[in-house]
Amino acid sequence: MQQIINFILRYKNFLLYAFLLGISLIFTIRSQSYHRSKFFNSANWLTGNIYSTTNDITTYFGLGEENRKLVEENKRLRILLFNREKEPLPPLDTTNITYKVFPGHVIKNSYSLPRNYITIDKGSANGLKTDMGVITAQGVLGIVENTSKNFATVQSILNTNSRINAKLKNTNNYGSLVWDAKDYQTVQLRDIERMVTLRIGDTVVTGASSSIFPENIPIGVIKNFDLSNSQSSYNIDIKLFSDMTTVKNVYIIANTQRKEIIELESRTSNDQQ
Amino acid sequence: MISNSYFINILRFVLLILVQVLIFNNLNFFGYINPMVYILFLYWYPIREKRALFILLSFLLGLMVDWFSDTMAIHAAATVTIAYLRPMIMRFCFGVNYEFQNFKLTNTTKAQQITFLALLIIVHHLIFFTLEIFSFENTLLILKKVFSIGMATIIICLLLSSLFSVSKE
Repeated sequence: MQQIINFILRYKNFLLYAFLLGISLIFTIRSQSYHRSKFFNSANWLTGNIYSTTNDITTYFGLGEENRKLVEENKRLRILLFNREKEPLPPLDTTNITYKVFPGHVIKNSYSLPRNYITIDKGSANGLKTDMGVITAQGVLGIVENTSKNFATVQSILNTNSRINAKLKNTNNYGSLVWDAKDYQTVQLRDIERMVTLRIGDTVVTGASSSIFPENIPIGVIKNFDLSNSQSSYNIDIKLFSDMTTVKNVYIIANTQRKEIIELESRTSNDQQ
Repeated sequence: MISNSYFINILRFVLLILVQVLIFNNLNFFGYINPMVYILFLYWYPIREKRALFILLSFLLGLMVDWFSDTMAIHAAATVTIAYLRPMIMRFCFGVNYEFQNFKLTNTTKAQQITFLALLIIVHHLIFFTLEIFSFENTLLILKKVFSIGMATIIICLLLSSLFSVSKE
């Protein structure tokens, strides 16, 4: 007994170090998987408020540019609206629409790490939940991962864990969008089969088999692609439409039928077992 | 005098976290270089304070930075490691006389101080980027990041440490 106590006393610094290192490694390795720990992210009261306070100050320097972007987007939407074919307006009753949209602001952006997370100033009090899609006026930004009362963290498409269903515009060739952590303007599209003909400059949009994003939200254009003989699918580099370094205004998309889809899918897969 | 030293260290702890997450995490030189200035806390921390407390504080420092930057607990793992290794690094840089009562960081030569700081930063960055990238296929990428970001960190830390001199302690 004496010896054990002596041992602990002599190596107490090392034991403390090993203990703390163990804790941090467990945190790190456990959160490599899809669901990260619920409290250990920047969507909490302290960090959220510090970020939103500094963001209140720094956004003043970019107001002109932000306004220009919003007017540009309004112009695009107006053109769409005025040039619609004559068809009755959709009902104003919003109780049974599929997609709801919430506005939000980025209060912390990050694009230089392999696993980037963006913090926004809307949370569960505003109706946000895990796995809602987040877009900018230009294109896809990411997926909501954790929410607190007033803040949420978004898993950016610039995250090596990110998998987003995408397709070539006007076709039904689906693939999944990943990031190789090399360049913050370029993401990769996987699993497009080799018989598909591709051209540089083709547009890539979100696919229909995701219950997170609506179909046909722009992502980017094909920058280059290669196909070696042994592969059955292309390696495609995609240049993103949204400038990930300057995102400010974002839209959060909630699919009101997502719960139903998930339930149905899980019931189907249970039946098969 | 003792309370003064506590106060200075608490102030440093808070200020270095804020400076790190609000300024240096948003620098993005060449798209990816973000110097990690909070390592200065370990460089400045008094030598003869209790070692266990120092390790614990360093862990908390790293954890706070992680908390703000959504990096799981990578900063914490790297920081707690250099906190544990600090006495060995100091013995390597300053020889045995760092154990004497009248040893002060300001009494050592500039070259010794720079070696000490550089070793802290290199060990920290090696652990940090190995955990961050988390695969040994990318050894070259890890080394590239350690080298480029390490250089940036050393330069910024030297500038900051000459701005806020520790001569009063």
